[in-house]
Amino acid sequence: MSTTEKNTTTAVEEKEYNILNLGPTHPATHGIFQNVLKMDGEIIVEAEPTIGYIHRAFEKIAERRPFYQITTLTDRLNYCSSPINNMGWHMTVEKLIGAQLPKKVEYMRVIVMELARIADHIICNSVIAVDTGALTGFTYVFQWREKIYEMYEEICGARLTTNVGRIGGFERDFSDKFHKKLNDFLADFPAAWKEFESLINRNRIFMDRTIGCGPITAEMALEYSFTGPNLRAAGVDYDVRAMNPYSSYQDFDFVIPVGTNGDTYDRFMVRNEEIWQSLSIIKQALEKMPEGKHHADIPEFYLPPKEDVYTTMEGLIWHFKIVMGETEVPKGEVYHAVEGGNGELGFYLVSDGGRAPYRLHFRRPCYIYYQAYPEMIKGGMLSDAIITMSSMNVIAGELDA
Amino acid sequence: MATLTNEYVQSRIASQFGDKITEQVESYGMLTVTVHHEAYFDLIKWLKEDAEINCMFLTDLTAAHYPDRKEEELNVVVHLHNLPANFRIRVKTYIASAHPHLPSLTPLYKGANWMERESFDFFGVKFTGHPKLKTILNVDDMDYHPMLKQYPMEDQTREDKDNKYFGR
Repeated sequence: MSTTEKNTTTAVEEKEYNILNLGPTHPATHGIFQNVLKMDGEIIVEAEPTIGYIHRAFEKIAERRPFYQITTLTDRLNYCSSPINNMGWHMTVEKLIGAQLPKKVEYMRVIVMELARIADHIICNSVIAVDTGALTGFTYVFQWREKIYEMYEEICGARLTTNVGRIGGFERDFSDKFHKKLNDFLADFPAAWKEFESLINRNRIFMDRTIGCGPITAEMALEYSFTGPNLRAAGVDYDVRAMNPYSSYQDFDFVIPVGTNGDTYDRFMVRNEEIWQSLSIIKQALEKMPEGKHHADIPEFYLPPKEDVYTTMEGLIWHFKIVMGETEVPKGEVYHAVEGGNGELGFYLVSDGGRAPYRLHFRRPCYIYYQAYPEMIKGGMLSDAIITMSSMNVIAGELDA
Repeated sequence: MATLTNEYVQSRIASQFGDKITEQVESYGMLTVTVHHEAYFDLIKWLKEDAEINCMFLTDLTAAHYPDRKEEELNVVVHLHNLPANFRIRVKTYIASAHPHLPSLTPLYKGANWMERESFDFFGVKFTGHPKLKTILNVDDMDYHPMLKQYPMEDQTREDKDNKYFGR
């Protein structure tokens, strides 16, 4: 008996693995990611991600930039929802200097941030569908992101890297044209998104491809410091907007959707529902929009109107002081987090009283949860790895900073 | 779930770690604990495993460089979060850049892996016990740690970017 056993063990062939380079510029990864995969046929045995291909040293640059110039750096983190990054940064500085903002500014910010969340989730979810083979849905909803970009343009003149708002508020009030575009969007977008959902949500092929694909348990997600839709898909109802309300989120009624399995399908469904919640928040904010100014009264940080600069002494002085960075900033360290498109986007700012931060660290949700990727795709097929990555919504700009 | 207050946690930490704690302050509402680097791991382990404080979520780990603080030039900053009680805490520790060693938090939090790699990459903090401490965002053969203050970002011959224009 024992001899036969020995024979069978020696008869087993040495497994031959293939090394596969997925990326850095593979069209299916939607960004510059490299994964060196050890493959057993089509099954992934090991994965080794390499990141940093678009690292631009934002944290180092930020140490040499006045506060108002750092907004443009934050644009380029998660460029699918730049306004959230911009606002998060403004709020961090406002927290440091102790600025009080009018309710109106906070509501305006909520509208812009929720539009950004919708744009972010439109991309992510329609791209999941594309990666599973359903291109049509993507072509239906992509034009709605375009309409959101047009609204950004009305607010700040930019589309992708928005640089929207200022420390202390907005550069101008929402225009009538913006309101018209927003109302049109609110009227027509739900039908389009419903159509998308009815195409994909209960689609047999889509469900078979995504259910059970790239799952992560709630415990593991917490171990890996997951936040945002990826954590909520695993069943943990953590949302910064509800836990540490900023910008008056406590005034709005919204639901935090959670999943159960933490797989690609749950991540997709959580984002779908978040779009509906965002729409509802925007409607509430529009309804309750208070009267008031579109900026706070902090002349030492908020640029005066150009007419004042040319005609009044104070205006000229403030303008000069702000642009030359002659403003007094308190010393201290502050951590402020907002709910970005992908999760908790934190800013850890250490100020030594200088006009630039002494140290600025971005807590980038993508960077933190992408490290779980090898574990999530291990033992699965290569094609599952692709949709797992797109459903995690890893944005290269935020990953590498 | 009883709410945790900064004062309560502060007194618990003081009674548990005593003289290992150099400073406990509240900064913008967040309790900031500065701990001696020898007790750094124990404090965080305790914060995680204590049934009441229960900071099971590692929000962030990063570093900062203070070249003027002799023998404690490198600063490691950890943000922890107790999700059910919604309690956040910041733990700081200082180490000398001549001996930049600190125990890794990877046995406690899997998410610490890349955060520590980033701090190593940019500041040269060597986390002992880390499974794979190598550069992450910089190129593989990077032989210095670029976020340290001695590495200037810009051309030093430029006079318009002098420190005095930055208010320091």
